[in-house]
Amino acid sequence: MINQKIINATLHLADTTLILAQKNSEWCAHGPILEQDIAITNITLDLIGQSRMFYQYAAELINELENKTETEDTLSYLRSEREFKNFLIAELPNGDWAQTILRQFFFSSFQQLLFEKLQHIEDKQISAIAVKSLKEINYHVKWSSEWVIRLGDGTSESHSRMVKAIEILWPYTGEFFNAEENDLTEVEKIKSNWIQKIEAVFIEANLLIPQNIFMQLGGKQGFHTEHLGYILTEMQSLQRAYPWLEW
Amino acid sequence: MINPKEHIYSILEKIPDPEIPVLTIIDLGIVRDVIIIDEQTIEIIITPTYSGCPAMDVISFEIKLALLETGYKNIKVTYTLSPAWTTDWMSESGKRKLLEYGIAPPKKNSSRVNKMLFEEETNINCPQCNSSNTNQLSEFGSTACKSLYKCNDCNEVFDYFKCH
Repeated sequence: MINQKIINATLHLADTTLILAQKNSEWCAHGPILEQDIAITNITLDLIGQSRMFYQYAAELINELENKTETEDTLSYLRSEREFKNFLIAELPNGDWAQTILRQFFFSSFQQLLFEKLQHIEDKQISAIAVKSLKEINYHVKWSSEWVIRLGDGTSESHSRMVKAIEILWPYTGEFFNAEENDLTEVEKIKSNWIQKIEAVFIEANLLIPQNIFMQLGGKQGFHTEHLGYILTEMQSLQRAYPWLEW
Repeated sequence: MINPKEHIYSILEKIPDPEIPVLTIIDLGIVRDVIIIDEQTIEIIITPTYSGCPAMDVISFEIKLALLETGYKNIKVTYTLSPAWTTDWMSESGKRKLLEYGIAPPKKNSSRVNKMLFEEETNINCPQCNSSNTNQLSEFGSTACKSLYKCNDCNEVFDYFKCH
């Protein structure tokens, strides 16, 4: 049965992967070395692909329920800031390489656990997207984990940059596990597994998990940081200036 | 008389993958099914390799074009996601063609894909000199499906079509 709950959940998954991809793509041609430039943009392409599958499905559901003519393009290019449901962590500035890597590590590790749950839910399409995406996410987790270790356990400079990145990003990880009515699975139940995954890598990287930090919330409900508006303005400018434009 | 389904497959077998043109879309295992609705109406079911594969729209267009040219009028190309694409579906002739083209074909069964941190697929033979003394430069290569390796004997850098 199609309902608003599954539509909102699908849009949340689509928005988070799209916005993170949009941020990561800023690294294109600016990566520290060519191989890593290619790696982050490959990951970005996977995220855009996942995002497209979720938007296509959301459009199908919305059109059937509300008799509209949404497409993946109208959903990504013509919705406003308040309608986007992505996690706040996705819209934060890239910062340096350490901060970009750490965000990918936090998010991919979460996405891996979440999608392992989603592959078993009743909705056939979400479950198919989850199974397909997991094969890619496994690469993302491996790559970002290795970089967290390389930088955390590297030079004093790279270590201090990782410590700073943790300070900036940790307050945005609580949102992953903040349960709300649209969730397709019990997200609070994967929190301890996520902490274990992070801890295992942090031990190798000589890094510590911060304790008793206030967690930022709001992205899933459409309450964003000041950064999202700028991202959408740039990302949507062409479609808004030339409505119905196609490549 | 030739079986119509086989006839359609023989047309699809001539369509190259836009990114690795030495392989056809049949070699890659992208075509999942051919459904004949009536004499002029057919549905082709395809699956993407990776989620973000930018070639899917082109492939869909090529399929329609090739079938229109051979007289079919109504062609529908449908995407399916399940079961998820795997390199296990790549044909043996596809693997041979890849090697001749200079890309090392996927070596193992995809169930071996989950690796430990810092672990890389080893014993990937160099497509130029066949040496197994090679190592991985980067897990991510020029397209989503490939990683970058270097041969320590002939010093040639090459693409490896990774198990997926």
